Amino acid sequence: MTAARKHRRAETPPLRLVAGEAAGQLDDVIHGRVCLAIVSALAARDNLSFAELKSALQLTDGNLSVHARKLEDAGYVSCRKGFDGRVPRTEYRLTPSGRRAFERYLGHIEALLRASRPG
Amino acid sequence: MPNVRTRPAAPPVDAPAAGPSLPARAAEDLRAIRSSMERASLFTAVPGHGGMLMGLVGLTGAVLASRQADSGAWLRVWLGTAAIGVVVGLCAFAHTARATGQSLLSPTGRRFLLALLPPLIVGGALTAVLPGRGLSSALPGIWLLCYGASTITCGLLSLPLVPVMGVGFMLLGAAALALPPAAGDACMAAGFGGLQLLFGWLIARRHLAAGEAP
Repeated sequence: MTAARKHRRAETPPLRLVAGEAAGQLDDVIHGRVCLAIVSALAARDNLSFAELKSALQLTDGNLSVHARKLEDAGYVSCRKGFDGRVPRTEYRLTPSGRRAFERYLGHIEALLRASRPG
Repeated sequence: MPNVRTRPAAPPVDAPAAGPSLPARAAEDLRAIRSSMERASLFTAVPGHGGMLMGLVGLTGAVLASRQADSGAWLRVWLGTAAIGVVVGLCAFAHTARATGQSLLSPTGRRFLLALLPPLIVGGALTAVLPGRGLSSALPGIWLLCYGASTITCGLLSLPLVPVMGVGFMLLGAAALALPPAAGDACMAAGFGGLQLLFGWLIARRHLAAGEAP
């Protein structure tokens, strides 16, 4: 084993510690499969309509409504209802708090993956 | 500040567990995040039935063009067919985009259009120059290649079926250039008629399966 590898190994905390810590901090609102998909999609685009989200994530109307509401209640997503001509249009956007929560979540996942790498 | 519950601390990762391990779950989450972000950046309002209509226009153009005796009339028929095809295509895109709540003018729609245009501009420039140099017979191959390239580039921002159709057009374009000039209209009929009809049908089926307007 090289000196650099030994040094890196010494700096990396044991997997059980990092994993336990990261898992303990995982945001329960984002952690669900559908909520995570919605937040990820909104992180990639400035805003998305209900129809765009439904089509991109292949969700049913009911499933999307329920999980979008859950994210709205947590303050992670804002929802604006309006009209595009005569057609009703519901638009979703990630709030600053939602973006921070998403970045935190990514940080925890990265920490878990880093700690699980051998060497 | 939202009232967010956090998960209870997990057992040590090396303890026996019924589900996937934490690192495996983290890797799975990362893949799901990447996939959702990619899909959100796609323009999926590609018309299925509109594509089939464009295929019918292409087939009609091929039949009419094959009956022309001189290259000038032949070119005019194809230019007229292209103009009708563009109008039908734009109307179909606008209709599908409206029906699915998307817009050609949204950032994704604009990127889709920008990806579509450069190969078509190349095709237009060559169409303006080549007949004057007596190279009209090369046009079917060039049109099919340019349309195929355009479909592949915009298809990378859209449904996976779209770039596959582009590959088909490019293969037909290469065939049109390799075969004798008399085969040009047949290749055009196979591409702008056959491929367009086939993929229009496949895309319409995909939209219907997803509960969207075809």
